[in-house]
Amino acid sequence: MAVGLLGRKVGMTQIYDPTGKVISVTVIQAGPCHVLQLRTEERDGYEAVQLGYLDKPRPAAGHQRRTKRLASRSQRGHVAKLDSKRQRRRAAAGVEPAPKPNCEPKRFVREFRGSVDGYEVGQELSVGVFSDIQAVDVVGTSKGRGTAGAMKRHNFRGQRATHGVKKCHRHVGGTGCSASPARMFKGKKAAGQYGNARCTVRNLRVVEVDLENNLLLVYGAVPGPNGGFVTIQQTNKLK
Amino acid sequence: MSQQLMNMVEKANMKEEVSYFEIGDTVDVHCRILEGEKERIQVFTGVVIARSGSGTREMFTVRRIVQGEGVERKFPLHSPRIARIEVKRAGVVRRAKLYYLRDRVGKAVRLKERRIDAAKREALAAKAKESN
Repeated sequence: MAVGLLGRKVGMTQIYDPTGKVISVTVIQAGPCHVLQLRTEERDGYEAVQLGYLDKPRPAAGHQRRTKRLASRSQRGHVAKLDSKRQRRRAAAGVEPAPKPNCEPKRFVREFRGSVDGYEVGQELSVGVFSDIQAVDVVGTSKGRGTAGAMKRHNFRGQRATHGVKKCHRHVGGTGCSASPARMFKGKKAAGQYGNARCTVRNLRVVEVDLENNLLLVYGAVPGPNGGFVTIQQTNKLK
Repeated sequence: MSQQLMNMVEKANMKEEVSYFEIGDTVDVHCRILEGEKERIQVFTGVVIARSGSGTREMFTVRRIVQGEGVERKFPLHSPRIARIEVKRAGVVRRAKLYYLRDRVGKAVRLKERRIDAAKREALAAKAKESN
């Protein structure tokens, strides 16, 4: 797998480089992440490393789980061996159980495609993996803006403020031809849900790696609100 | 939690010691200027009319009159290009932003001098540092 990690956006600020230039940076709390699972060619049909970030609390012993905040049984079984009828049956049939990381259940789990060489289940990855890396791609979920007009959503220009325009100043305008084809083309840009979608920003320069506090400082903005989960990966765009 | 992390990052990039000055003070700002390979210091003298922002983003505005024309420069407080800030004179002011000076010409621009002794100033500086 290309070098990658999961994290959380902390916020943006400015720092100074030695010459006194201001650099706008996004602070990301990256890792530590556990390797939860290795996807292999023969078993899953593809190769990937599955990482988990941030512990998910377990429901109190003997209590029914009532909120999604707490780890479900399947999430708990994903990270450690749980006793079940099926497990016992499989053990009796001589099936080798899948290796488990034996860590806490995780809140944010993502897979990184690529070779699993050098990774093992249960391994802990820290922000140190980015020490020698110059630039990263960051994937996040953009801030949701709800139903938005075409001006905000697609940067349309809207219509004139005067010259007879009535109550249509921020409208789309014309949407296509007339009698032929007598319909609107699919994919025509219009008002609708904007934001709250997966968004990638590529080739962000790594400014600083703080091993002690698991912080990664990248040059520029990262999608999503402060506290939003992000996936960070070494870029393949760097020239 | 995240605010703590943010403060930590900012603290690491802030100057440890920033000269103490107040709004209305007349200051000499010593800026480092790079000319090719050589570095020299340029001094900008004027009245501090505003401070804005917090953490590494804190800025201050200095106003002076050059050949009858008002000139304002806004400096980042923690920039390594600011070598030193020297307080020359303290002025009597009653507000945090002295934008009203922009509308004034000639003698009206002057602020009444406020006499404070070194010990008091130091005490104030220490107090400001503590609250940071």
